[in-house]
Amino acid sequence: MSGTLFFLDIFKDYSSDELSSIFVMQGFSGISLFSVFLLMALGLAIIFGQMKVINMAHGEFLTAGAYTTVLLSDLVTKYIPAALPYYFFIAIMMAFFVAFILGYIVEKLIVSYLYERPLDTLLATWGVSMVMQQSFRLIFGAREDSATMPEWLMGSWSPTESISIPINGLFLLLMSILMTTIVLLLMYRSRWGLRVRATVQNREMSTAVGINSKKVDRWTFALGCGLAGIAGAAFTTIGSVSPSAGSLYIVDTFIVVVFGGAGSIIGTILSAFGIAQAQSILEFFLTGVLAKVFVLLAIVGILMIRPQGIVANKVRQ
Amino acid sequence: MNKPVFHRVLGSLVATAALIASLGTSAMAADDWKNPVLDTYPTSTVVTSGIDVTDNYVTVGQLHSITGTMAISETGSVEAERLAIQQINDMGGILGRKIKIVQEDGASDWPTFAEKAKKLLVKDKVASVFGCWTSASRKAVLPIFEKENGMLYYPTFYEGLEASKNVIYTGQEATQQIIWGLDWAYQQGCRTFFLIGSDYIWPRTSNKIARIHIERYLKGAKVVGEEYYPLGHTNFNSLINKVKLKKPDCIYSIVVGGSNVSWYKQLNAAGITGAALAKKGKLLLTISTTEDEILGIGGKNVEGFYACMKYFQSLPNENNQAFVSAFKKMWGEDSVIGDVTQAAYLGPWLWKFTVEKAGSFDIDTLAVASEGIEFAAAPEGYVRIAKNHHLWSRAKIGQMLADGQFKVIAESDDLIMPDPFPEGYK
Repeated sequence: MSGTLFFLDIFKDYSSDELSSIFVMQGFSGISLFSVFLLMALGLAIIFGQMKVINMAHGEFLTAGAYTTVLLSDLVTKYIPAALPYYFFIAIMMAFFVAFILGYIVEKLIVSYLYERPLDTLLATWGVSMVMQQSFRLIFGAREDSATMPEWLMGSWSPTESISIPINGLFLLLMSILMTTIVLLLMYRSRWGLRVRATVQNREMSTAVGINSKKVDRWTFALGCGLAGIAGAAFTTIGSVSPSAGSLYIVDTFIVVVFGGAGSIIGTILSAFGIAQAQSILEFFLTGVLAKVFVLLAIVGILMIRPQGIVANKVRQ
Repeated sequence: MNKPVFHRVLGSLVATAALIASLGTSAMAADDWKNPVLDTYPTSTVVTSGIDVTDNYVTVGQLHSITGTMAISETGSVEAERLAIQQINDMGGILGRKIKIVQEDGASDWPTFAEKAKKLLVKDKVASVFGCWTSASRKAVLPIFEKENGMLYYPTFYEGLEASKNVIYTGQEATQQIIWGLDWAYQQGCRTFFLIGSDYIWPRTSNKIARIHIERYLKGAKVVGEEYYPLGHTNFNSLINKVKLKKPDCIYSIVVGGSNVSWYKQLNAAGITGAALAKKGKLLLTISTTEDEILGIGGKNVEGFYACMKYFQSLPNENNQAFVSAFKKMWGEDSVIGDVTQAAYLGPWLWKFTVEKAGSFDIDTLAVASEGIEFAAAPEGYVRIAKNHHLWSRAKIGQMLADGQFKVIAESDDLIMPDPFPEGYK
């Protein structure tokens, strides 16, 4: 083997058919990681990106959505097992509303006093996240929980003999496309989105032209939290939920949003895609831990050259 | 299977409240107990150091995480130790002295463990401590136990490379869990092994021993991959693709904590199930998934995989049946009992036998007297303390069932020697 292609060594024992199947599956593994990142980051892209609130409790809203799903799944399993194949859609909606309402309350009680002091939101929402984590622990116990999945979400889809694509991955992909489309339409094609963008750009002016900025803030924050709730519901298809599950996602989520360029939803999509593919490919050729190290190094490097992230909004400073 | 959440919600609220309420206080001994054998064992002879032993009572400490991320794992140990202590008290205590418990919360935080250990030994002067779970917490309290001369009964299976005068290790050290299990897999025809673990000391040390055993001692067998993922990692698709490419006969998994759920769910989604592996004469063997974890993963996702442990809740022997029903009576019908929970149950009993053999509560006397102490009626079967303060015990292979329990399918013929510093595995 030539020195430069040493990593291809691992393929030498396999037929081209096997290899192409693996590449298809590996490509899909990157795409499904991309969906995970995107779902997580959408809510934060609105809250942090648009409103500049550093919401450290974002992960906990995700956990709240996940617990809603688990609760519903248990209720359905116990009382109406016949509905098991369909409950998941209702669970997603309920997860949205639970997280939305929690977000609304948190905004009203805490965040609304802190818009002039964005850095303090970091501390305040971190406190909120600890309170929420311990509440989950007291209410649901510290044990890992998982929802009973409908049959059709389990298993894999095999277009050929040797390729198998996990169905829950496909489901995540669909969810993330759907959510992104809705968010993009809301932000850029609706009156409400116009008001949000106006408020973000210039709070005083938008108030002056008659936009109720308090209301816009509250609904925007709650919407971001609701999106986190949906992500939480979606994640029960691939993992478990525990009181501290949210904290596992929060770092990755911030990385995706910051790297994409805070404030740009397109940037968030691009960055989620880039990071997910890089990580997935590196995980395959190297190991899990090393992949993470290289991806983080690359992000730090790129952010040093381009501190505004990959897509920067044109803002008059 | 999954218990309804609202039951659990209520149960865990009550349990947590009860455990927290009892923190730092003595529990479980009426104040009117009179020692019937005081003449035979006068206090002046059974204790010569400053530990808290009176004519009628002896105080012990319990030091686990009641709060924080580790609470999930440690609660079972707390409950098992409580059960053992209550049973011992019901039998008349130790040398006629009933046991009082001082419980402290390590709060999943290693410095807190150290601080509470010091409090138990220096302020409460407890005669022994049942506690710790993670290696990190044990390492944090070890210097304190050695300096203040306390005795710790430690329940978790762990990586070995330690033996202290002041600790009795009631779980398996690494070689006890790994070597016999690998031999079993080898007998099933496994020749290629893919080692997988969470990225910290226990899985890494264990896989190091596994690799050496496979490469040096199993003829014709080899390791085709070794991979670690951070704790809490939830995306295993790339790893699963690699496993598919390498087609190992045996997937050897030491994934711990929340990652477990994602790992098994994604294996399932990728078509790697117990049944699918069995069809090709392959298998998945783990040393990190017990009944406790399966409760979160769901039995359906792990059905047909194998685990190597020294205890399964489904062990058919009479002692275990009695233990399981006593445990459920005390802590609820829904309780599950994993390997570590049973090991924690052994602690108070082994301590009792040692004290009775030595006729003394003094730590120095117990440290020497511990060697050779037997517990024939242990739920896991006969165990004996070795000179290095670990237990001789039998390893077992269990096959995971859809209901979250194990079917025991193999057991080592002999007691396996504890060997925390294994020669030939460096």
